[in-house]
Amino acid sequence: MYPDDQTPDAASAAPQGPSRRSFLKQTGGLLGVALAPPIASQAEAIADKMAPASPILSGQTNVSLNINGQAKNLRIEPRTTLLDALRENLDLTGTKKGCDHGQCGACTVHLDGKRVNSCLTLAVMAQGKQITTIEGLAKGEELHPMQEAFLKHDGFQCGYCTPGQIMSGVACVKEGHAKTDGDIREWMSGNICRCGAYPNILAAVREVAGQQAKG
Amino acid sequence: MNNFAYTQAASTKEATTAKEADKQAAFIGGGTTLLDIMKSNIEQHTLLIDINKLSLMGIENAAAGLRIGTLERMSDVGEHPQVVQNYPVISQALLASASPQLRNMASMGGNLLQKTRCGYYRDTAFPCNKRVPGSGCPAQQGDNRNLAIFGTSPSCIATNASDLAVALVALEAKLTLENPKGATRSVPLADFYKLPGNTPHIENQLQPGELITAITVPAAAHARKSHYLKVRDRASYAYALVSAAVGLDVQGGVIRSARVALGGVGTVPWRVPAVEKALVGKAPTEENFRAAAALAVRDAQPREHNKFKVELAQRTLVRALLEVVA
Repeated sequence: MYPDDQTPDAASAAPQGPSRRSFLKQTGGLLGVALAPPIASQAEAIADKMAPASPILSGQTNVSLNINGQAKNLRIEPRTTLLDALRENLDLTGTKKGCDHGQCGACTVHLDGKRVNSCLTLAVMAQGKQITTIEGLAKGEELHPMQEAFLKHDGFQCGYCTPGQIMSGVACVKEGHAKTDGDIREWMSGNICRCGAYPNILAAVREVAGQQAKG
Repeated sequence: MNNFAYTQAASTKEATTAKEADKQAAFIGGGTTLLDIMKSNIEQHTLLIDINKLSLMGIENAAAGLRIGTLERMSDVGEHPQVVQNYPVISQALLASASPQLRNMASMGGNLLQKTRCGYYRDTAFPCNKRVPGSGCPAQQGDNRNLAIFGTSPSCIATNASDLAVALVALEAKLTLENPKGATRSVPLADFYKLPGNTPHIENQLQPGELITAITVPAAAHARKSHYLKVRDRASYAYALVSAAVGLDVQGGVIRSARVALGGVGTVPWRVPAVEKALVGKAPTEENFRAAAALAVRDAQPREHNKFKVELAQRTLVRALLEVVA
């Protein structure tokens, strides 16, 4: 909704929806037994000291994400996936929505350097992590070696799965899972290519793995 | 996906208490199963309780056995050197599961609670006793190629989809469960899962608010010499048609102890004690493996399209046993 909202306190503003008090009232049965007479306000005040209840977020919520080294504050619902936040709220449409169920890999991004399916990641749960998308790989005009290798080896036809393939390929090499062709096939199997460009994708990943092995 | 509220629990007590207080709440760890089925309208939850901040991590290998915190990710456990060395069947089962991306996300406890891949359960246009109790089971007479041949009932023939669970049941793993009062109990994984009977919607022993906090696996010679073989329609990234988790302790050319469980064939991970008994005291030969494997399928109840699993289960088992003594 507000992709350009960079106010520093946006993420720490009070959450909307059910408050910690209504949460405590729902869960206060045990406290009522333990504390007689069970005066709700006292019980809550003591409970606050004993075990501070975490806020419950619902409806439009302030979420702060670190994407490609930049802090982004946005207002989204808890159900918003990282994929939808990237594409719909932040105009980072390089990350693709294929199946939306974690089966195709088109939505692959890195969270703290690890590849994940952004379609099965809630944006609210990606807070505090370094998110890297396909837009974050190149250094200015200089493409990432994996991007160069996909161009050189023609690692795509329609290109829809390509951002996910490249993000997965970068992780695959970094993990040390690109030492043999068999390894690459196995460890790239979470990225489906309906055009069937697999031999060329394999060649691209193999080349980058070889470059890095040589140092 | 319908909307829901979200909270990040600061303690196990807070998480379990919140879950017990709200019958429509669910814990979320990796979210790979939960968000999938919520998007498909198979389950709806009003509140998701994020458990990722809880102190439920750790992979500890001791003389008595292995202890894995429930929040450890499949990828980290699957490639942990101590797991690879001392419990290869667990490592291999994990790394044969899902995709690298999903393994980076999915928690160990969540893996054990993943939902069946039965197409009728997954498609809300169909009746399904597991999804809507009492609505019926079209799988009995329908497309049942991928479904179970063991532990079935007239209400449900859905296969348990976890590879990890097959390896853990073979090695007699236990789960530590913690309830909202803070009390813990230890339950053998084999007892944790419930056969469908006429209540296929009740899949396990979890009580309201209860959370899996850890997995423990006893150390054993048959655990160190173990193997997981998964047979699929394609080479990778697919659910098992049949899988076998086996462990053998062979000394002086004689099998001293054996552990055998099958996956892709049961409504729960399917341990076969008859095969284990038949192997003990025998030489680890292909002939003996074949004779023992035949015992695994005596009680099979295949349906129209999954009869092939009866033969495939025996062949998978024999090959897994040969692999472990190779």
